Amino acid sequence: MPVKQIHLAAHFPGVNNTTVWSDPRSASQIDFASFEHLARTAERGKFDFFFLAEGLRLRELKGRIHDLDVAGRPESLTVLSALAAVTTRLGLAATVNSTFNEPYDVARRLATLDHLSEGRAAWNVVTSYDAFTGENFRRGGFLDEADRYTRAAEFLHTARELWDSWADEDVLADAEAGEFVRPGAGAFAHHGREFDITGRFTTPRGPQGHPVIIQAGDSDEGREFAAADADVIFSRHGTLDEGRAFYKDVKSRLARYGRRPDELKILPAVTYVLGDTDEDAAERALEIRRAQVSPQNAIAYLEGFWGRDLSAYDPDGPLPDVEPDLGEGVSKGRAQFRGDRGEVVRRWRALAAERGLSIRELVVEATGRQTFIGTPRTVADRIDEFVQTDAADGFIFVPHLTPGGLDDLVDHVVPLLQEKGVFRTDYSGPTLRDHLGLTAPRVRRAPEEAAS
Amino acid sequence: MTHLHLAVALDGAGWHPAAWRDPSVRPGGLFGARHWTGLAAEAERGLLDFLTIEDAFGLQSSRPGEPDDRTDQVRGRLDAVLLAARIAPATSHIGLVPTAGTTHNEPFHVAIGIASLDYASHGRAGWRPQVAARAADAAHFGRRVLPPLDALRGPRGRELVAELFGEAADAVEVVRRLWDSWEDDAEIRDAATGRFLDRDKLHYIDFEGPHFSVRGPSITPRPPQGQPLVAALAHDVVPYEFAARGADVVFITPHSRADAVTVVAQVREAERTVGRTGEPLKVFADLVVFADAAPGAAAARKARLDDLDGAVLVSDADIFTGTPEELADLLLDWRQAGLDGFRLRPGVLPADLVTISRDLVPILQRREAFRTVYDTSTLRGHLGLARPVNRYSAAR
Repeated sequence: MPVKQIHLAAHFPGVNNTTVWSDPRSASQIDFASFEHLARTAERGKFDFFFLAEGLRLRELKGRIHDLDVAGRPESLTVLSALAAVTTRLGLAATVNSTFNEPYDVARRLATLDHLSEGRAAWNVVTSYDAFTGENFRRGGFLDEADRYTRAAEFLHTARELWDSWADEDVLADAEAGEFVRPGAGAFAHHGREFDITGRFTTPRGPQGHPVIIQAGDSDEGREFAAADADVIFSRHGTLDEGRAFYKDVKSRLARYGRRPDELKILPAVTYVLGDTDEDAAERALEIRRAQVSPQNAIAYLEGFWGRDLSAYDPDGPLPDVEPDLGEGVSKGRAQFRGDRGEVVRRWRALAAERGLSIRELVVEATGRQTFIGTPRTVADRIDEFVQTDAADGFIFVPHLTPGGLDDLVDHVVPLLQEKGVFRTDYSGPTLRDHLGLTAPRVRRAPEEAAS
Repeated sequence: MTHLHLAVALDGAGWHPAAWRDPSVRPGGLFGARHWTGLAAEAERGLLDFLTIEDAFGLQSSRPGEPDDRTDQVRGRLDAVLLAARIAPATSHIGLVPTAGTTHNEPFHVAIGIASLDYASHGRAGWRPQVAARAADAAHFGRRVLPPLDALRGPRGRELVAELFGEAADAVEVVRRLWDSWEDDAEIRDAATGRFLDRDKLHYIDFEGPHFSVRGPSITPRPPQGQPLVAALAHDVVPYEFAARGADVVFITPHSRADAVTVVAQVREAERTVGRTGEPLKVFADLVVFADAAPGAAAARKARLDDLDGAVLVSDADIFTGTPEELADLLLDWRQAGLDGFRLRPGVLPADLVTISRDLVPILQRREAFRTVYDTSTLRGHLGLARPVNRYSAAR
């Protein structure tokens, strides 16, 4: 059996507590130079794409703006369009919300990026429904949670209709004959529950036809949405077993939509730490974890689960003895924990008691440990193992430093993957679809049972 | 003599609808980055203050206010803000002023888009807010129904125009508040307290209006210029007042020097009506330009394009045909009406832009009426506008 080729992407470090801002090497998260450095590094490493997240309202904790983590970011498509000027092959992926946007605008902006990058645009379709974010937009919190994927699916379907409203050959530009476009180019009509729109789309079809579609949700609905309609799924399953289970589940959903398993790439978001020896890397990993979880951040993190003010507690002392308030919660503007907070608190208390952990040690232990830790050789072998054993098709790396966070991965790990013959030594084509081995865009298909 | 300010308005293959058929144009490239970066480089070579990029949520049309079915003119466009961002790293001094609408767009998205352009260009961003009154464009969104354009005449129409411009003024206000919603020193990276931000230097903007309410703050820190340039095209009293409320620059369309005197007076009157404080509007006159060195050549070239199009070019702005010398004479004459500068709309791109940057500009330089080098690096700087104090810092 031939070895699978690995796909690699880079996530701009950005806005969360993965990013260590207290490190002296940590530079601006907003200056264009930081974006340019990361994008150029990813392209030097022959990565498939560069990925920008989105958050349309600053996070709040206890009714006030969360002030402990990196915050402040640009509009994704605008900065990616600028990055198209300083890169030539790297895919450019924007996260754009389907709730607080309209298909006509988003479709033309993505088609524009595809033109301006000569076929390198991707769209991570995210949904939100919260009235908190809605306070920044015309319609406020208009969408019920239950409808968010309904709207997202119809939004994407409508965007595809708009991209298809121009055929590849509709721009004639024939000066002799005096024909610039073919008659009716861009004509569309969509009559649906969420969108009822007609007219002419302004933007000719981009080089990729449709940009690459990425989906990041992990719920059952999110997986189904990806199986039906996405090219890449951005998951968070960083362990081998979880990864395999997720991979198997998602790939098995594709047949219902008449799709082959390789038509959807599964790329978990991961972090990494390199060292001269595996022990050295493990030590550095712990240092980074402690930098990510400042004393203040540890308290803030617990407050999100306790649902109450814990500022009187010592981060180096034992877990709060007060009971959690399981009401509305105190954290807003970040992906909400959807499970049973009371259960989490019980589990943490047991863990802290068993291991004698302070608040800060507990948070270091309980949150986001780095996925790949070791020498470049260890990490390269591990990445390859995940991919060859179907826990992933590749990874989206989330560095912990802006802008140098990808440098050592590209300098030391990528060459080992190339030596193994599992990662490209150069781009084989100009477009992101080429990098991902995706064919020309499909017309959206209904599930088989729906068609029968 | 104070220097003139010069801008160029970019749109497709130029402002003549048959421009794409001119032998100098490669019409297949209009949707590629190279066309636009080439134009921007040419404008920067001419040391122009800024370029503007047209946009709309609907195809170009030969009929005012509604779509047509013509296939012999350029149809199709790219998003102007993204085009400006694509141009930004390929240029170093010229200001970049894309058009973005106020009727269908979210003011929040516009604010972060232009702020991001300001970051990508190191302080060269501007925004041309544009009302979208076309019924066909509204149908692309399905959120509101606008009447056909002929219904805009009469009292109901005047009401609608007032409403659209009122909404546009609200959009500009929201965008400007969002740009200021982070004070310049809001990012503190204070290891001692573990705080990345000083939350007292972030501000809710709490705008409430009939069309939208926006809470803020922005997700994007205050852009390098503080307030990127806002420039509005205006043809009548309602838009003059809109410009006077929220813009830094107004583009007007006089058809003679005397007409310019009248319009400038109307603009100043609008400033008084709305109680504008601070810097007065910079007034730029728009001109469609066909310029060639040989006498008569530009007029002949335009006539050939008119023939191809089957109609004599009509424009809201005055149409100049002549030599670069004659154009320089006209600009220096009209400026005495109280104009700060001109936004030139090249009839054919890049041909008429090349004439502007390589022939017109040297003539103006010889007459000591135009810069010989960029001596500032931001768009506000080119126009002699200071970096504004943040409204929220000022209020504290």
